Amino acid sequence: MEWLQQLINGISLGSIYALIALGYTMVYGIIKLINFAHGDVFMVGAFVGFYAIKGWGLGFFPALILSMAFCAVFGVLIERIAYKRLRNATRIAALITAIGMSLFIEYGTIYVRGAQPEAYPAGVLPSSSINLFGAHINSQALLILLVSVVLMIILQFIVQRTKMGKAMRAVSHDMEAARLMGINVDQTISFTFAIGSALAGAAGVIFGIYYTKIDPLMGVIPGLKAFVAAVLGGIGSIPGAMVGGIILGVVESIVSAMGFSLWRDAAAFLILILILIFKPSGIFGKNTREKV
Amino acid sequence: MKKWTMVLMASALSAGILAGCGTSQSAGSGGNSDKIKLGVNLELSGNVASYGESMDKGIEMAVKEINKDGGVDGKKIEIVKVDNKSDASEATNGIIKLTSQDKVNAVIGAATSGNTVAQAQVANDTKTVLIAPGGTSPTVTVDEKGKVRPYVFRTSFIDPFQGTVAANFALDNLKVKDAAIFADSSSDYAKGLSDSFKKTFEKAGGKIVSQEAYVGKDTDFRATLTRIKAKHPSFIFIPGYYEEVGLIVKQARELGIDVPLVGADGWDSPKLVELAGADALNNTYIINHYSSEDPDEKVQKFVTAFKEASGGEAPNAFNALGYDTVYFLADAIKRAGSTDSSKIQKALEETKDLALITGALTIDKNHHPVKTATVLEYKDGKQVFNTKVNP
Repeated sequence: MEWLQQLINGISLGSIYALIALGYTMVYGIIKLINFAHGDVFMVGAFVGFYAIKGWGLGFFPALILSMAFCAVFGVLIERIAYKRLRNATRIAALITAIGMSLFIEYGTIYVRGAQPEAYPAGVLPSSSINLFGAHINSQALLILLVSVVLMIILQFIVQRTKMGKAMRAVSHDMEAARLMGINVDQTISFTFAIGSALAGAAGVIFGIYYTKIDPLMGVIPGLKAFVAAVLGGIGSIPGAMVGGIILGVVESIVSAMGFSLWRDAAAFLILILILIFKPSGIFGKNTREKV
Repeated sequence: MKKWTMVLMASALSAGILAGCGTSQSAGSGGNSDKIKLGVNLELSGNVASYGESMDKGIEMAVKEINKDGGVDGKKIEIVKVDNKSDASEATNGIIKLTSQDKVNAVIGAATSGNTVAQAQVANDTKTVLIAPGGTSPTVTVDEKGKVRPYVFRTSFIDPFQGTVAANFALDNLKVKDAAIFADSSSDYAKGLSDSFKKTFEKAGGKIVSQEAYVGKDTDFRATLTRIKAKHPSFIFIPGYYEEVGLIVKQARELGIDVPLVGADGWDSPKLVELAGADALNNTYIINHYSSEDPDEKVQKFVTAFKEASGGEAPNAFNALGYDTVYFLADAIKRAGSTDSSKIQKALEETKDLALITGALTIDKNHHPVKTATVLEYKDGKQVFNTKVNP
C-alpha cells in the first residue's frame, strides 16, 4: 500500500517533468539546441495562469488555454530575437545565448513583479481524495495526468499526421534538403518553438494548481530535471521524453521512500551522468526516424 | 583585488554618509544632558522591510508612552533613526554613524540576526549597548568562539528554545509520545530547533519514530510524507519556513495524514494560509513570541492602545518585540540610575522576571532571554491563542 502510494506520487510528479521535457526534446530535435530558457517559459506560463485565474477569475481550462497561447507567442519571440541569428554560429554560442536568455527571463520577472512567491488560489479544480487499496489519490492529480496524456496525444498527432508535422520531421532530418524541397524552414522552426513553449505553459499552470506555490525561479530545477528526463528518454524523441519524465518521477519518489530524501536531486543527476556515459542516445535513441 | 575594491567602496560609502549628515546634525550632541539618545538601526527598506517597519512602529509607540509619563528618571528619550536597507554592510555603516556622530546612549537593531551580527563588533568596540529585537540565532549574542559579546543583547527568544517549548507542549498539552520530525536540512534555524526538540522530547520519555529532512525550495514532499505516514506518528514536528511548510501541510493532508502538526515562528506569515489552505491548517500549532489574543491584561492593554494608534490594525509579533525592547532598555537605565554605557550594560545583564508583552524576561549568562512562549492554533485559517508554555 505504501509502495502503491509512492508509485502514484512518482507518476504525478513525472507527468509534469514529461510535459516540460517534450519542449526540450522537440527543440533539440530540430535545431540541435538545448534551450535552457525552456524552464523559464514554464515559469512564465505559471504566472500567466495565476493572473488569469486570480485577476480575471477565469476557470482552469480557459486559463490553461490562455497560458498556452501566451507561451507559444513568447517562445516564438525568444527564437526570433535570440536564436535565429545564431543558426549558423557554433553550437556553444547558441547554448550560451540560451543560458543568458534564461537568466534574463528569470531576473526580468523579478524586476517586474518582485521575487516574492504567489499561491495559486484554491478551488480552481475540485479536490477530493480517492481511496484505492489504502492509497490516496488526489482527484486533481488524476485530472492533471489526464490533461498531460491528452496533450501528448495531440502532440503526437500533430507531428505524425499533419503537413506541418511532416515538415518538422523533414527539417529535423536534414535542414538543407528540406529547404531545397520547398519547406519554409524558418516557419517550421518557429512552429516547433510555439508548440514546445505552449506545452511548457500548460505544465506551468498544472504545476501551479498541483503544488500551489509559484515564484520567478521556480523553473530552474524542474527545467533541469526535465532536461535529464529528455536525455534519459533519448533527446529528440517524443515518446522518449514522456517515458523519461515518468521514470525520473518514479525514481525520485522511490529514493525518497527509501529514506534518502536529501539524495533525491543527486539521484536525478546521477541518472544523467550514467546515461551520458553508457547510453548517450537514451532509451529511445535508436528510433531516429521518429525524431523531431 | 576584489577585496580592495570592496574596502574602497565601503570607506567611500561611509565617508559619504558621515559627510552628508555632518552638516545637519552633529552640532550640540554628546553631552550627558537631560535626554536619552536612542539609536534605531532597522530594515526600513529592502527585502525584509516589513519586519523592520513593524518593529519601528512598536518602538515609536513605546517611546511616546514613556515620554508622556515623564521619561526615564526625568529624561526624555529621543530617537535617531537609520535605515540599513536590509543590508549587512549598511547596518555596519549605520551603527558607525550612530555611535561616532550622533553619540547615542544605546542602539536598537536590527530585525534579522545577520544584520545585527554586522553591528556587534562596532557596539563592543565603542562600548555601546546594542539590543536586537528579533534576531533568534544564538550567534547574535555569542560569537563563533562561544564567547559572549558583552554589549549585545536581545529581546526575542532563541531558536533552540523554541524546540524545547514544542517538545514540552506536545508532551503536556497534546499528550502524545510518538513524534516524527520533518526538518529543513538547509537552514541552521531548523537544525537548531529539531536538535533541541529531540533532546527534550526523548529525555521526557517520548519516542521519535521517524526523522526526515527536506531541502529548502523543494516543492514535492509527498514521497517523504508517505514514508512518515507509514510509521504512524501521533504528531509531526516541522521546523521550517512558511514557503515550504505551506506545501508540506497541504500535501500531508492530501495523503490522509490527520495528526497534529507543530511548527515554530518560521510559519508565521499570511502566505502560509494561502499556500496550505485554511482547511489543511486545522489541527496545527505554532510556537510564537506573542499573540494579540492572549487574554493577559497587560497584553490586551497594549493591543487596544496599538489599535488606537494605528487605525484598528492588531499588533503583530514584531510590533510587540519592538515595543518590548524599549521597555527592556528603559528598565535597565532606571535601575542603573545613569546613562553611562557600562552601567546600562550591567543592569541589562541583571534583568530578572521583567514583565513584558512577549512574556516575563530573564537574561541568562549568554545574554539569551529566558521567557514564556505562546502557542497558537490555526482554526479555519486564523491564529487562535492556545496556551503559554514556560521554559
